[in-house]
Amino acid sequence: MSASEAGARLDPARVRADFPILDLQVNGKPLVYLDNAASAQMPQRVIDRIVRYQTREHSNIHRAVHYLSETATAEYEAARRSIQRLLNAASDREIIFTSGTTDAINLVMHGYGRKFVGEGDEIVVSAIEHHANIVPWQMLCEERGARLRVIPVNDAGELDFSAYRELLGPRTKLVAITHVSNALGTVVPVADYIAEAHRLGVPVLVDGAQAAPHLQVDVQALGCDFYAFSGHKMCGPTGIGVLYGRAEWLERMQPFKGGGDMILSVTFEKTTYNGLPFKFEAGTPPIMPAIALGEAVDYLLELGLANIARCEHELLAYATEEVARIPGLRVIGTAERKAAVLSMVMEGIHPHDLGTLLNEDGVAVRAGHHCAQPVMARYGIPATARASFAFYNTPGEVDTLVASLLRARKVFGLS
Amino acid sequence: MSVSNALYQEVILDHNRKPRNWGALPAPSHRAEGHNPLCGDHIVLTLAVGEQGTIDAVGFEGEGCAICKASASMMTGAVKGRPVAEAEAMVGEFRGMVTGTLDTERDAHQLGRLKVFAGVRDLPSRVKCAILPWHTLHAALNRESSASTEGEGA
Repeated sequence: MSASEAGARLDPARVRADFPILDLQVNGKPLVYLDNAASAQMPQRVIDRIVRYQTREHSNIHRAVHYLSETATAEYEAARRSIQRLLNAASDREIIFTSGTTDAINLVMHGYGRKFVGEGDEIVVSAIEHHANIVPWQMLCEERGARLRVIPVNDAGELDFSAYRELLGPRTKLVAITHVSNALGTVVPVADYIAEAHRLGVPVLVDGAQAAPHLQVDVQALGCDFYAFSGHKMCGPTGIGVLYGRAEWLERMQPFKGGGDMILSVTFEKTTYNGLPFKFEAGTPPIMPAIALGEAVDYLLELGLANIARCEHELLAYATEEVARIPGLRVIGTAERKAAVLSMVMEGIHPHDLGTLLNEDGVAVRAGHHCAQPVMARYGIPATARASFAFYNTPGEVDTLVASLLRARKVFGLS
Repeated sequence: MSVSNALYQEVILDHNRKPRNWGALPAPSHRAEGHNPLCGDHIVLTLAVGEQGTIDAVGFEGEGCAICKASASMMTGAVKGRPVAEAEAMVGEFRGMVTGTLDTERDAHQLGRLKVFAGVRDLPSRVKCAILPWHTLHAALNRESSASTEGEGA
């Protein structure tokens, strides 16, 4: 039994030593990196993997018979199997490499939406979606004369399940919901939402960009039809992401992009598309990023997603308690089940000013609308300052964040 | 003194707390809205330009960070009573100051107390906040109804 299966606690000092960037000084202070929901940092072994690939393994894949091409192909396909393990997908044919979550959602919009959604049909999203899971569906609705329906959210940031059930109907063609809200941290009980949609035969796409790095995700247990996430939010590089799709849907869908590698044969009269997953991977894919993501996923699996989730949950609990002592500070998003995201507003200090002042203390948070303007509108705020934690953050860093928030109040003449 | 401590001086904090010329003029001769879509800053600027070509009255409202609000507040005070051409020249000077092409210690300018915003040039992500009111002023004076900081190279 491995350490992760035994439920061993993560040792923060050992884990931090894996991330060279965490030793950085910013403005003469140790970096306190709390912008993990935007992008996570990369451990040395993933950096090393990139170097090894580029120095000893690089060539184009699925093409030539020479040594390097075969090596690169084998490593690329091995990365696909790492992703399959991460998600517990039934087959590696169901794992499609994309450039990121946005690309993955757009793939489903073109491949499924443009084939199966027509005039008067409906697509259900939630009020807490990232723009990436709103705009593609709006574009589809506009093109097809379909209608976007929105699951409402309560003051705590939880979706209204009974309202959702009422939104579903004979015209519903797809449900597209987030697993974890990037702006609020809410963990949506997506399994319930999927089961409900499946009673009507409606497929469900889950935006897992904020969930895959922090929770144990089992696409077969969830029952979802599509699951999308990004590599750079889970210790991999940018430019790579994943769409998991159930084979029965992927086979019925049309390709998103046309080009090389996605075909079996091409004549000017007729082209026959390749099988899964290659039908959806036109052109030379981001080979190095895919292999690096595979390495990052192996790293996370070795630490154990359950261990990661527990460690981050403890950090969130501590941080939530500590910031509650700061006068004038309000946390937006207080759902019962949350990922380690603290979206904050401070009376009298705009989130951007807060972000600039925290940066002065080496503390990196994200200030803005987090590409979730409907969420901001729902809570009547223009923006928040968001601290988002990863397993390599420490309670000591929470203390630095709190001290810095208090200093910002002082700068602004607030007691 | 650190960059942000230098920037968040009492004068800026005071204008943020008590913005001058707050509100909309009832019958403006010029009006424009400014947006910073990336951070949500939004201001509405109204001007009364008299027959002599001077800015007789000016008002602004909206929401934004301290840097944006203080910049708008101090801008209104600085351009009130000035000929339009002078106000336009100040738009160029302010932009030069926060993007680093105008050195307020070396180069001639008429920015006066607006010099407190010079430190913004060391905070590239905040340049848009400071410059938004000035873009909006330029848009209003040129009869454009809206200004955006998108596409601003800084």
